[in-house]
Amino acid sequence: MFEAIAFYLFAFLTTLMFFITVTTSQALYALTALAAGMIFISAFFFILGADFLGAVQIVVYSGAVMALYAFGMMFFDSTREVKEKQGNKLIVSGLSILAAILVVLIFAAPMVTDNIVALYPVIEGAGNTQQVGMVLFTKYLVPFEVAAVMLLVAMIAGIVLAGKKMDLSITLMNDAEIKDMKKDQNKKVLS
Amino acid sequence: MEVAYLIETVIKVVVVLLVFSALAGIGTYFERKVLAFMQRRLGPMNVGPYGMLQFGADAIKLFTKEDIIPSNVVAPIFKIAPVITAATAFIAAAAIPFLPEFTIFGYTVHPIVSDINIGILYILGVMGVGLYGPLLGGMASANKFSLLSAARGAAVFISYEVVTGLSILAPIMMVGSLSLIDFNDYQLENGWMIFNMYGVGFVAFILFWIAGFAETGRTPFHLIANDHEIIDGFGTEYSGMRWGLFFIGEYANMFFISFVIPLLFLGGYGDGSFLGAMALLGKMSFFFFFFLWTRAAWPDVRPDQLMWLCWKVLMPIAVLNILIAAIVMI
Repeated sequence: MFEAIAFYLFAFLTTLMFFITVTTSQALYALTALAAGMIFISAFFFILGADFLGAVQIVVYSGAVMALYAFGMMFFDSTREVKEKQGNKLIVSGLSILAAILVVLIFAAPMVTDNIVALYPVIEGAGNTQQVGMVLFTKYLVPFEVAAVMLLVAMIAGIVLAGKKMDLSITLMNDAEIKDMKKDQNKKVLS
Repeated sequence: MEVAYLIETVIKVVVVLLVFSALAGIGTYFERKVLAFMQRRLGPMNVGPYGMLQFGADAIKLFTKEDIIPSNVVAPIFKIAPVITAATAFIAAAAIPFLPEFTIFGYTVHPIVSDINIGILYILGVMGVGLYGPLLGGMASANKFSLLSAARGAAVFISYEVVTGLSILAPIMMVGSLSLIDFNDYQLENGWMIFNMYGVGFVAFILFWIAGFAETGRTPFHLIANDHEIIDGFGTEYSGMRWGLFFIGEYANMFFISFVIPLLFLGGYGDGSFLGAMALLGKMSFFFFFFLWTRAAWPDVRPDQLMWLCWKVLMPIAVLNILIAAIVMI
């Protein structure tokens, strides 16, 4: 009974929060509702007994949304409402409804036809965290590693975009050019 | 069974809430006294014997003060921000075993609200969410000092979360579990974590301790609400009990971190005897005292120094530490 109460409570709260995120024109409301919604989602993981995923959901998304706040701080006066440019409302709402129906269909189809089979039975004596690790390093090893490589690429790209003089390569320059570059740098420091 | 469990949990939650709200109040008294003695003053002396009732007077003042909402703030966010700080501090406490289990009137009590098997991850995650309080309060305040403090809060959150997470990875690898009770049992068998594994545990302990100062926003890393440069940061526009809630959250967090550090690294409550329980309380008191000691002895660091320390010193050490732990374990 408690699980049912908790489920409906958090389902309502999550939907409400994401509704606020989408509809409000106040950056601070949107971000706060987004953060709250992300944290409420973790409740579903806890109800289903997937403690590890629930905690990770809190840790990861609270940090991720925090970065969004930082952007909000840089680009808006977050205490004022943002004037949104609204195009054709019919197209926007039509497309979003279509997308929502598609997502529901994609996830509901295998459930309706009973095509989901649990291939990895629960291992006795292993905790929630260990089970995630076992599946991650056996069946899903390749996607896991590919994701890691993609994150590495994104990190290097971020450093290159944000760093100074990253477009120059010292290995491709001759000595004279490098000396000129160093001179320029010293000038900047002195001036 | 279900009903009994529910009643027991509710009682535990109420006890934790009451004890630690009161402790947060008394913590301010300790802080004033310790700071005063270190500066050769007497501290609060007038209210009650030896100034003992000072925190009561403070509480009455905070509760009865007018709750001012300035006209330009984003009112709903402004109102909810202090609640986030206080609430998340107490929610995080749900997975901390405060004492070993004991029997009273033939009924075994586990002094932990819920022994979930991801304890430490949950505690750190929820404690981290507590930084949303200063962030939201700062951003909603329509005040430049508050906004600065919010920006610093976001920076501290994003960077020191990394150090805390990485520093406890090595101990987690050794124990093979995330539950604080398993940590305690492991240390009962193999000795304290800080003496384990050729110093890997000790390095992790120091890193976690330093990051704990940043998580709670205590003095060397007090830049979220640095009085001498940004007034009170996120708290500038707050008054009365809303400001008091920020305070309770901060002190409760200090107490909870002071519980978590000994449980993770210093043997926790040991074999669970009365002596072990007292030892845990003693260790907790030491770490709480250390927070106050640092405040008296150290100047604040600048934000850029804080970032330098996090990304260029602590994070590489933490990563190396994990690597060494992995090599030793193989």
